[in-house]
Amino acid sequence: MGMTITEKILAAHSKRECVVPGEIVNAKLDLIVCHEVTTPPAVQMLRKLGINKVFDPSKILVTPDHFVPNKDIKSAELAKQLRQWREEQGITRYYEVGNHGICHAIAPEQGHVLPGMTIICGDSHTTTMGALGTFATGVGSTDLAAALATGELWFKVPESILFELNGPLPHGVYSKDIILYIISKIGVDGARYKAMEYRGSSLRYLTMEARFTITNMAIEAGGKSGIMPVDEIAMNYVHARTSEPYELYYSDDDAEYAERFTIDVSSLEPMVALPSLPSNGRFIGEVPRVKIDQVYIGSCTNGRIEDLRIAASVMKGHKVAKGTRAIVVPATTEVWKTAMREGLFDIFSEAGCVISTATCGACLGGYMGVLGAEETCLSTTNRNFVGRMGDPRAKVYLASPATAAATAITGTITDPREFLKPESQHLLAAAESAYGQDDYLWGV
Amino acid sequence: MPELPTKLKGYAHVYERAHINTDEIIPARYLNVHEEAELAKHAMEDIDVDFVKRVQPGDFVIAGDDFGCGSSREHAVWALRGAGVRAVIANSFARIFFRNAINNGFLVIECPGAVQSINTGDELEIDLAAGRLRNLTKGTESSFVPLSDFARELITAGGLLPYIQKAHGAVES
Repeated sequence: MGMTITEKILAAHSKRECVVPGEIVNAKLDLIVCHEVTTPPAVQMLRKLGINKVFDPSKILVTPDHFVPNKDIKSAELAKQLRQWREEQGITRYYEVGNHGICHAIAPEQGHVLPGMTIICGDSHTTTMGALGTFATGVGSTDLAAALATGELWFKVPESILFELNGPLPHGVYSKDIILYIISKIGVDGARYKAMEYRGSSLRYLTMEARFTITNMAIEAGGKSGIMPVDEIAMNYVHARTSEPYELYYSDDDAEYAERFTIDVSSLEPMVALPSLPSNGRFIGEVPRVKIDQVYIGSCTNGRIEDLRIAASVMKGHKVAKGTRAIVVPATTEVWKTAMREGLFDIFSEAGCVISTATCGACLGGYMGVLGAEETCLSTTNRNFVGRMGDPRAKVYLASPATAAATAITGTITDPREFLKPESQHLLAAAESAYGQDDYLWGV
Repeated sequence: MPELPTKLKGYAHVYERAHINTDEIIPARYLNVHEEAELAKHAMEDIDVDFVKRVQPGDFVIAGDDFGCGSSREHAVWALRGAGVRAVIANSFARIFFRNAINNGFLVIECPGAVQSINTGDELEIDLAAGRLRNLTKGTESSFVPLSDFARELITAGGLLPYIQKAHGAVES
């Protein structure tokens, strides 16, 4: 019997010929990503046990991201503890405030993520990095502590669900719309404990940046991981950032899947997930033009440069509606710098947006745009659970950066196609910048 | 560490809704600390502000499907445990919450349907050895999915870190 890519990676990292779903394996870890909220408790646990050294500082990446620059005194203490710990451990892959970024965005962006890796982080959106053909999953602080001490962790080998994504993306439809559509079909626990594996012709139309949005939200369907096969687009992304060697794994033709779904991407429309579940997705035509108090563009889901380019292309020459606030939060410092160089900040600031430093910020109700009671927010983030972005009585709608930008202009939930040029120029521009026009045309 | 007790008694706090997520169990506005006693003051705050006033040590939280979905914050387990909750009994659990629970030696029991026959305030007895959940107030009984051997080992050891120390000798220090 064949194996899936996830089974192959877990087998290779636990010295097995093969593994089957349900089996518990102890897998070697290639990368452990640490931020200031879940790492200090893990460090404290290790200290209590008298464990004062991590297994291998070179396999650890550290960046503060949730509440930096420090939002309050207690957060300052957490960031300080993280900083002191990485110093004392001699961890060199460290991104201090000023070079920082949301961990799931900065790790691949800075070339730390290689195909075939096993990756954990004390954060549920670790699944993001699976778009580069890795097994990447979120854990709590105890798992993180065990991993930091031993370089290994137990995993129940997950069953996999195969999503075949077919066709080009229609005008105004982005990878965020694809994943919101999938979650609307299978529910917030539709992939509970399972790996969400993607393949199909649509991938050719998706840059790495767009792909990360899809794997990022595996957890919103309850998934253990999201994973995509490594193709030329993925390899180009990696080779532009690092020359480290890596192993490639692909699912066998006769691999077994718990379920298979085929999605005709070319028939999709922009999606909006209504409050208060990520699975409440609807085509935008079915969504009432609700008045929106705040638009939030950012997060590990949609705070990459392509997202900001798309939002800026919609917002160019327009103003944020009266009675609406718009906040733009680049996912990393590198994204921030690129956006500034490209003039995107001119477009956003002329329109009346607030532009933040990179942070998880208000996505999880931290700061930089927390919502009050009864306020409405249309956000490019990943979750709209009760209380997620602030007061439990606030209402959060999830959508793509294009829909967010269009909504900022009108002040009500708005179809981005009202503002986008008829041809899919955004796609071509993004594709060109990522891997050259020839490759893109080859992809088509 | 002591073996798991075979029987546990406590009172129920029922939340029927599916997908009670970690943002509700412990809102992110409290994630700037990780001390259990501090987190405990805010357990379940965004779903039931009175929970911490009512809960007594040894009580059980009873829930529907997919309890603990969302963020990976282990703070959710610490907040519940700190508030005195002895176990969560749900139709099903989200993956990371379940993992965090057993990694902490915190009891989580999958008992599909239990939530329908239990009211807040009912006295319950969990018979771990027999895999039975008894509602002493109503005189009803149901069976639950026994913990896997691995989960039982972790919980019995007191959590993942003591388990690793026990299984592999002292972790390299």
